[in-house]
Amino acid sequence: MFLIHCPYCGELRDEQEYRCAGEAFIQRPGLDCTDEQWGDYVFNRTNPKGKVIEQWAHSAGCRKLFVVERNNVTNEIYAVRTFESYKEQA
Amino acid sequence: MKYSWLEVFKAGFSGQKQWPAAWPEVSPKAAYDVVIVGGGGHGLATAYYLARDFPGTRVAVLEKGWIGGGNTGRNTTIVRSNYLWDEATNLYEHSMKLWEGLSKDLNFNVMFSQRGVYNLGHTLQDMRDIERRVNANMLNGVDAEVVSVAELKERIPILETGKQVRYPVMGASCQPRAGVARHDAVAWGFARAAAKHGVDIIQNCEVQALDIEAGRMKGLQTSRGYFKAERVGCVTAGHSSILAAMAGIRLPVTSHPLQAFVSEPMKPVLHTVVMSNAVHGYVSQSDKGDLVIGAGLDPYSGYSQRGSPHVIDHCASAMIELFPIFSRVRLNRQWGGIVDVCPDACPIISPIPQVKGLYFNCGWGTGGFKATPGSGHVFAHTIGQDQPHPLAAPFHINRFVTGALIDEHGAAAVAH
Ligand SMILES: Cc1cc2nc3c(=O)[nH]c(=O)nc-3n(C[C@H](O)[C@H](O)[C@H](O)COP(=O)(O)OP(=O)(O)OC[C@H]3O[C@@H](n4cnc5c(N)ncnc54)[C@H](O)[C@@H]3O)c2cc1C
Ligand SMILES: [Zn+2]
Repeated sequence: MFLIHCPYCGELRDEQEYRCAGEAFIQRPGLDCTDEQWGDYVFNRTNPKGKVIEQWAHSAGCRKLFVVERNNVTNEIYAVRTFESYKEQA
Repeated sequence: MKYSWLEVFKAGFSGQKQWPAAWPEVSPKAAYDVVIVGGGGHGLATAYYLARDFPGTRVAVLEKGWIGGGNTGRNTTIVRSNYLWDEATNLYEHSMKLWEGLSKDLNFNVMFSQRGVYNLGHTLQDMRDIERRVNANMLNGVDAEVVSVAELKERIPILETGKQVRYPVMGASCQPRAGVARHDAVAWGFARAAAKHGVDIIQNCEVQALDIEAGRMKGLQTSRGYFKAERVGCVTAGHSSILAAMAGIRLPVTSHPLQAFVSEPMKPVLHTVVMSNAVHGYVSQSDKGDLVIGAGLDPYSGYSQRGSPHVIDHCASAMIELFPIFSRVRLNRQWGGIVDVCPDACPIISPIPQVKGLYFNCGWGTGGFKATPGSGHVFAHTIGQDQPHPLAAPFHINRFVTGALIDEHGAAAVAH
C-alpha cells in the first residue's frame, strides 16, 4: 500500500482513491500505419521491471489524469507530475 | 526407480531413509537442441513431453531460482476446463484429460482431486452468463450444470445462502470433474519424469541475454555461463516481457502481483471449491486442512511478490460474507506471485515471427496452473515440429495483429 500526492489536489492520499491507466506517453501511429504497427500500439507494452512511467487518475478525487514515476518492485514513488510539465521540459 | 507400494514397503525396513534423489544433480553441457527457460510447471512439462515424444532431442531447463518457486508453487491449484469459447475450452479440456491420468503417467502422486468447482452468481446478469457458459460447455462435451440456491444449500451447508447479505447468492455453475492438485508435486513429478527421459534440470541459472544472429537463435548467456541452442522456449510467466526485451521485442502482457493466503489447518469443513467473481474471492480446503483463499490482482503493474494489503482485505471480507463460519479462523501466511496478463485473458503459445528458433509460452495470467500438462504438451509439439500444435494455433501471437482475440474475461477473470 502506498500514498500518492495528487498534483492537482495538492494532497497525499491513499492509492485506493486512484486508478492506474497504464504506461504513459504511448504514441498513436498515423492512419496509414500497417496492421503490425496498429497491433503494437493497441496491445504491446514495454512492461519493465523497476522504473515505470504511468498515467494515473485521481478517480475518487478531482478525476484528473497525471503522470506517476514509480518503482514497480518496491512501490517507491520517484515523481508525480502533470502532463504539462513534460511539455515544458521538451 | 519406479515408485510403488512395494518400494514403500521395502524402504520401511530402513525407516524410509534410503530413498534415492528423485532426479540427479547434473553438470551442464555446452550445447542443447532445445533450451527451456523457466523451471515452473509449464517449463518442466514442456521439457518432459519434448523428451518423451521427440526421443534423441537434447533438452535442458534453465531456472533462475529453484524449480516450482514461481507461480507454480504460489498458486491456489484450481483445475477446471469450463471456459466459454471453443478454442480455450479445447485447450483446457485437453489439459483436464491429461490431469486425469497424470499421477500414473508421471509415476508421481500429484494428488489430483476432482472434488468439483462451483462458480457463484450474485446478480441476474451473473446467472445469465452462467447459463450461457454451462450451455457452451455442454456443447463442447465438458461436464457442467446450473445449480439452484436450494441445491447449493444442500450440497455446501456452510455457504451463506440467505437474503440478508449485501450480495445474496442466486445460483451457481458446477463442473464436477474440476478440482485441485498438489502444486509442488506437479513441479517435482514433471521434473523427475523429465530427468528420467534425459532432460538436464539446471537450477540457480538465470538467463541474462539471448544470442541472436541474423534473426536466428544461437544461444543464451546465463549466470552459469554460455549455452549453445538453436531452439529456445521461454516459459517465464510474470517475467516474460523481460525475456522478450532480450530479443528486442515487446509482448501484449502486463505483469501484476496476484495474492493468496492460507489459514491455520483445521478439521475438514469444505469438501469442494467455491469461487465468486462478483464478490471477488475463492476458497478450497487443502488435504492438510488449511483454507486456501485466493484474492485479486493488484490494479497496477508490479513485480513485488507481495501485493497490496487492501486487495486481501477486500477478499477476506467477501469470504466472511460467503462463509460466516470462517470469521474467527486465523490466517497463517499470505504471499504474491507475478502473473502476466494478456488483453484477452488467454495465453500466448507461439513461435516468435521475428526470430527463428525462439518460442514463447506466456500470458497465462491468473489461471495457468490448470493448464500445466496441456500447455507443456502442445508447446513441446510446437517446438519439436516447428509449427503450432492444432490446439495451440489459435493462441499464436499474431492474433494481436489480426485481431482474432479469444475473449475469455468472463470465464477467466477472477475465477482462476
Ligand atoms: C496467488 C496465485 C493464485 C493462482 N491460482 C491459480 C489457480 O487456482 N488455478 C490456476 O489454474 N492458476 C492459478 N494461478 C496462475 C498459475 O499459478 C500460473 O499461470 C502458472 O503456475 C504459471 O506456470 P509457469 O510454469 O508458466 O510459471 P512459473 O511457475 O512462475 O515459472 C516461471 C519460472 O521462470 C523462472 N524465470 C524467470 N525469469 C527467468 C530467467 N531470466 N532465467 C531463468 N528462469 C527464469 C522463474 O524463476 C519461475 O520459476 C495463480 C497464480 C497466483 C500467483
Ligand atoms: Zn486530485
